[in-house]
Amino acid sequence: MAEKLGIYVCHCGSNIAGMVDVEEVARWAGKQIADVAVARDYKFMCSSLGQQMIEEDIRKLGLTRVVVAACSPHLHEKTFRRACANAKLNPYLCQLTNIREHCSWVSTDREAATAKAKALVYAAAERVKWQQPLEPMPVKVNPRTLVVGGGIAGLQATLELADAGYEVYLVERSPSIGGHMAQFDKTFPTLDCSACILTPKMSEVGQHERVRMLTYSELEEVSGSVGHFRVKIRKKARYVDENLCTGCGICVEKCPRKVIDHEFEAGLGYRKAIYTPFPQAVPRIPVIDTQACIYFERGKCRACEKVCPTNAIAFDQKDETIEIDVGNIILATGWKMFDCRRLPQYGYGRLPNVYTNLEFERLCNAAGPTGGKIVLRDRKTEPRSVAIIHCVGSRDVKTNEYCSAVCCMAALKFGHLVLEKTKAKVYSFYIDMRTNQKGYEEFYQRLLEEGMIFVRGKVAEVTDAARLPSEHGQLIVQVEDTLLGKQRRIPVDMVILMGAMEPQADAKELGLKCGISCSMAGWYTERHPKLDPVATMTDGVFVAGVCQGPKDIPASVAQGAAAAARVQALITKGTVMIEPVVASINEEACSGCRICNNLCPFNAIEYDEDKGVSRVITAMCKGCGTCVAACPAGVISGAHFSNQQILAEIQGALWDANPNGNGLGGDGHASSAGDTQPSLVAG
Amino acid sequence: MSDKNAFEPKIIGFMCNWCSYRAADLAGTARLKYPPNIRIIRVMCSGRIDPTFVLNAFARGADAVMVAGCHPGECHYVDQNYKAMRRYAMLKHTLTQMGLEPERFRLVWASAAEGQQLAEAITQLVEAVRPLGPLHWSGNWEENGHRHEALESILKEHEAAMEVTE
Repeated sequence: MAEKLGIYVCHCGSNIAGMVDVEEVARWAGKQIADVAVARDYKFMCSSLGQQMIEEDIRKLGLTRVVVAACSPHLHEKTFRRACANAKLNPYLCQLTNIREHCSWVSTDREAATAKAKALVYAAAERVKWQQPLEPMPVKVNPRTLVVGGGIAGLQATLELADAGYEVYLVERSPSIGGHMAQFDKTFPTLDCSACILTPKMSEVGQHERVRMLTYSELEEVSGSVGHFRVKIRKKARYVDENLCTGCGICVEKCPRKVIDHEFEAGLGYRKAIYTPFPQAVPRIPVIDTQACIYFERGKCRACEKVCPTNAIAFDQKDETIEIDVGNIILATGWKMFDCRRLPQYGYGRLPNVYTNLEFERLCNAAGPTGGKIVLRDRKTEPRSVAIIHCVGSRDVKTNEYCSAVCCMAALKFGHLVLEKTKAKVYSFYIDMRTNQKGYEEFYQRLLEEGMIFVRGKVAEVTDAARLPSEHGQLIVQVEDTLLGKQRRIPVDMVILMGAMEPQADAKELGLKCGISCSMAGWYTERHPKLDPVATMTDGVFVAGVCQGPKDIPASVAQGAAAAARVQALITKGTVMIEPVVASINEEACSGCRICNNLCPFNAIEYDEDKGVSRVITAMCKGCGTCVAACPAGVISGAHFSNQQILAEIQGALWDANPNGNGLGGDGHASSAGDTQPSLVAG
Repeated sequence: MSDKNAFEPKIIGFMCNWCSYRAADLAGTARLKYPPNIRIIRVMCSGRIDPTFVLNAFARGADAVMVAGCHPGECHYVDQNYKAMRRYAMLKHTLTQMGLEPERFRLVWASAAEGQQLAEAITQLVEAVRPLGPLHWSGNWEENGHRHEALESILKEHEAAMEVTE
């Protein structure tokens, strides 16, 4: 091969040069590796000067291949590919090898790290010689977008896109949009009423001409890729005809069956068997709960059907599957409440006056089951003292290690509401107060002044076992006050547990459908934790709101808007270029064994019955290369990850190894390694 | 690293682009330390790892090979890591029968968030392989008389595989 290689070794300031002798690596590469026309080291290869250097070398020396030894390809592969493209070298003839994250940063011995860097450079140089010029493939972007989840993040994303003139499908699992925010009473730190700021957004979405809402629906299946996703949505049977229902609510009124509402009212209130989750629900079309409905239980009743003025009740309705085509997907699926029963020492579910935060939200909500009166479970006694326990299911290795981010502020809000509405004493049992957003610290100071009592310590137990006569009938909070250094027993009437935010139970499953992964805790993984917090590893799939990690309302709104902006950018551009890393089958040589057909999870391999060969549907191939590895005839090739490329990389990476030592005998391939000493440099 | 003559194994790591390669990136970003013996080769998916690659690495003088992918159920390509897992099981079986110490070939699952776990796995692999010394395959066969046993066990395996079980 008459290739001309350029090798560029980056210092990355002292990030690489501090542990790897980069000058030596460059000098060595120039001498050791065949076909190297130039080998240089430079302070910051990714800087414009570094890029210019590469571009000039390509132009002046006529380089045909470029190897950059620097950081992870996930960080700067695009940068160097662009530099090559600027100098009219096909960007896929550039190989970035990672001597920072995989070498200098993880090593402690300079000599060994330098030897490792050499091997990595050698591997990249051997590989790049086999690389082929490739062209990214243009794909048209469907201007429609799918938003999954009708909470505040999803609503914001929907509105941003719809207002910008694009059509949006909004899929929501429950019968109404609104999400958790619809359940809340006040919002911190401004204390404006949650419903007052949310419901206008909900009705705006409900009435928007470019939004198609699919409530009481779930995402079943996603296929395709950025620009052209095909999505299957299961629309669950409401048993109410959406086209006929006017939302008058008479069916709800006349329904004879009342059941505890474990969803919207968090178990504190009741709903009918036919219901809308809350009065301001969007859409206002009710749903029949088949578990509760007398007709579904015994085959008679049909009271709702009799009273409905528009004959909208449809007991024979079935689940429907709808298929839609969209260009991008925004996941805003939110969170679920931690089950406080998992920490039995706090007595939730056993001691009646222990509440969860969501229950308390309903309790003090003017539209809630008590009309906003803060009372104990007997529905009449006002508590004289209230304990708020932080970090229930958060910051605890036994449950969730992460901080749920909002509970400190929510606890302060609860404290304020209790102090405002009752004469009770309010205790906050916290580990650390976290009030690090605009106006939050001020709110904390305000609560200190209002007389909320703060006890620093993790509560050991909440019990009703009184030791003193004065404790009878009360709940006793046992805690180590770490500021006093003392054990304390504090009797109270009511306990509120600040339960953690947890990922939705099916978050992983949904992530898998969309091709994105979750963190260990179960939150969706963003493309970059700092620089790309709404995109994901799958192009065209974005995340917004708490499904990406615990956050408060302003952050969810910001992320919803950010995701929408990213989608708009793709729509406005019209086409996206996708990586040409795909498989292709040499039909001449294919025997038609069809082993590859079933291996492909994307059904991207079709079988041509007439010719008796398999064929890759390029638009559907995602480039995993499983079929390439499996083809018994070796006639499937994977662009940019071909067998030759990887085998050459192995050879390069083992340039200093001793194949004779393993008893298999040298096979003559390691030609350049033959004349170097077979000592164990990596040591 | 004080003893320059001590044996240091050379290890090839095949890592998938989405989870394990990123876990290795994370280990770097977090400045975790692990021995410099591993040289990582990026593939798009652990399902891309052709058994030939592993054999080739051993043939070219690697003392150990690590295959790393996303956790089962978390594959970026739906379930291709299961295919890697099956290939690994079969290849490991074959390699062991051929006289390779099982410690030299390892499958690891590491999500993009598990830099720590990956660094630990690499350290463990290096520590497990160091006492074995260089891969000395034919030597193993001859010196330990493994050849006969290995052939016997291969025959038995084949017989067992021929029997159809419900």
